Amino acid sequence: MELLEIKDLGKRFGGLQALSEINLSVMKNTVHAIIGPNGAGKSTLLNCIVGKLMPSSGSVMFDGYSLLGRSAHEINQLGISRVFQTPEVFGDLNVLENMLIPCLAKRDGAFRLHALKSIDDEKQLREKAEDVLEDMGLIDKRHMKAASMSRGDKRRLEIAMCLAQDPKLLLLDEPTAGMARADTNNTIDLLKRIKQERDITIAIIEHDMHVVFSLADHITVLAQGTPLVSDTPDNIKGHPKVKEAYLGETQQV
Amino acid sequence: MFKLNKKDLRTLIIVILLALFAPFLLNPFPTDSALAQFNAGYPDLMQRFVIFGIFAVGFNILFGLTGYLSFGHAAFLGAGSYAAIWMMKLLTMNIIPAIIISVIVAGIFSLFVGWISLRRSGIYFSILTLAFSMMSYQLAYSVLTPITGGETGLQPKVNDPRLLDGALAEGAIPKANLFGLDMSQSYDMSLGAWSFTFNSGYYIAAAFLILSFYLSIRIFRSPFGMMLRAVKSNQQRMTYTGLDPKPYTLAAFVISGMYAGLAGGLLVAMDTQAGAERMFWTASGEVVLMTILGGVGTLIGPVLGSGAIKYMENIISKINSDILHTWFAFLPDGLENVIVAIIYPFIGKGWHLTLGLLFMIVVIALPGGLVEGAQRLSRLFKKGKNKSNENE
Ligand SMILES: Nc1ncnc2c1ncn2[C@@H]1O[C@H](COP(=O)(O)OP(=O)(O)O)[C@@H](O)[C@H]1O
Ligand SMILES: [Mg+2]
Repeated sequence: MELLEIKDLGKRFGGLQALSEINLSVMKNTVHAIIGPNGAGKSTLLNCIVGKLMPSSGSVMFDGYSLLGRSAHEINQLGISRVFQTPEVFGDLNVLENMLIPCLAKRDGAFRLHALKSIDDEKQLREKAEDVLEDMGLIDKRHMKAASMSRGDKRRLEIAMCLAQDPKLLLLDEPTAGMARADTNNTIDLLKRIKQERDITIAIIEHDMHVVFSLADHITVLAQGTPLVSDTPDNIKGHPKVKEAYLGETQQV
Repeated sequence: MFKLNKKDLRTLIIVILLALFAPFLLNPFPTDSALAQFNAGYPDLMQRFVIFGIFAVGFNILFGLTGYLSFGHAAFLGAGSYAAIWMMKLLTMNIIPAIIISVIVAGIFSLFVGWISLRRSGIYFSILTLAFSMMSYQLAYSVLTPITGGETGLQPKVNDPRLLDGALAEGAIPKANLFGLDMSQSYDMSLGAWSFTFNSGYYIAAAFLILSFYLSIRIFRSPFGMMLRAVKSNQQRMTYTGLDPKPYTLAAFVISGMYAGLAGGLLVAMDTQAGAERMFWTASGEVVLMTILGGVGTLIGPVLGSGAIKYMENIISKINSDILHTWFAFLPDGLENVIVAIIYPFIGKGWHLTLGLLFMIVVIALPGGLVEGAQRLSRLFKKGKNKSNENE
């Protein structure tokens, strides 16, 4: 079943047609990777899904709702959590507080004036937050200020924050960009485990072929703002068009 | 207790004790001594300490938690003052309705200003609030003269309607009261060479400070307070976590505006007059200084900061060259004159220079304000104690 369905999507920046005729379906409980050379329009596509950019044409349907014209926080409330290319966390807050915020957002919605409750009384949310931290191996760092963590840990925390919301769709924009091999492998293992253990759909934008082929159930190759092919990893590997457009020129698979 | 954790309860108790014993703490010098100059335990000034404390505590909820720096909060204080005076003119000299209406009016006014100013962030937000405060001042000073009394300001008059109070005798002065308790009523106590004044108005204002302070602790420790810190830390992450930063920031803006209104109402309760000058932009700047000087985002910082600034404003500004000469009379005449000449620009009307210097020292050496200074001192002290223990 399709969880996310993009139809005839286009995006113009002034004279530049960044995306055109994008048709793409992300199936429930799969990992869908979107790959393509630099400037292909991957981030633009993601931004059109999460409400950062308004598409110039086409439609985006998620779980029965149209996402067009919705603000970013509304789209998150519908069940889409995203991870940024450079980890975005609440640097001034400690790790546990970083986790409590998505838990509160999930329970209370986009705004609630709970000014006279004490955060210490939120036992249930705390448990939930600590469960996820435990699972992500961050529980020992719960009192650490997020800004003082390593980049790898920040990435881990950011994923943990998304998971605390039990999203239907987790979107990742080049989660391993700029990471050392060891960190990259850790992230792959982590994402594999998340995929196995949770009822979750993952869409991942990635540059690193190693990551893509170890994770994805389905791959869409984007070139010059339009999908070249969309198929299983095995078929993508041998695809002549893909080799020509992307794989052959930079990386060996 | 009071749904506070131990540390916060301790902070609250410190503030309560400071407020209760202020008449003693601020009058440490015998009345006839040369240092009596530095006593600050008289009602007027003590009232100012706590009222501006309330102003700064509220301002810190906006600036300290969300990081949005408003340069217009004096406008809300002024609006609160005008509203309170009108209550005293139309309804009663009892301060309760006056204070309630001052909070409501400031709340509505800040909702309007916040709604518009929060369309921008950073420096543009600050400039917008500054523009609003300048406009408010101008409106109060001239355009709205029928409501604000313009240049002369407002005062309750003998023949104001005052629906709830009986008519006053011709020539009587309407006095602010709390169910009959006169705000200016004081009790003087002499202990040897010392004397202390206990003033009813001060204690009522202090009760409001304690309440306001307690409320601010609760806000700091609430889920709402955490969201405000999230606004300051990373709005992008907040948005993609399903939260709308706008209403959170606006709520903080309005709450701090209501604190300002309360302060404005209390100023009128203590001294029944209001003028446009309390809306002037320098008054808005002052509360920024108070908060930074005391320690932005700390609970007790704004209380300390407002105390420090009001103390300097009132005490240092009263020192004149004659007083300096008596202090340095023990020096040879030439040297005495030189020293007095050096210090003179920093006292009296020049107290702003002293304030500026102190402010610069704090911002450069102690970015966490007086609170950070106190923490460093106590750490130093503890270290010293540990060392002496080891030596034993
Ligand atoms: N906000 C923007 N304004 C104008 N052009 C943009 C904007 N964002 C991206 N582009 C352009 O759109 C194209 C696709 O960019 P992007 O989606 O970032 O590619 P990718 O993430 O695949 O590397 C690029 O040519 C880029 O310069
Ligand atoms: Mg990109």
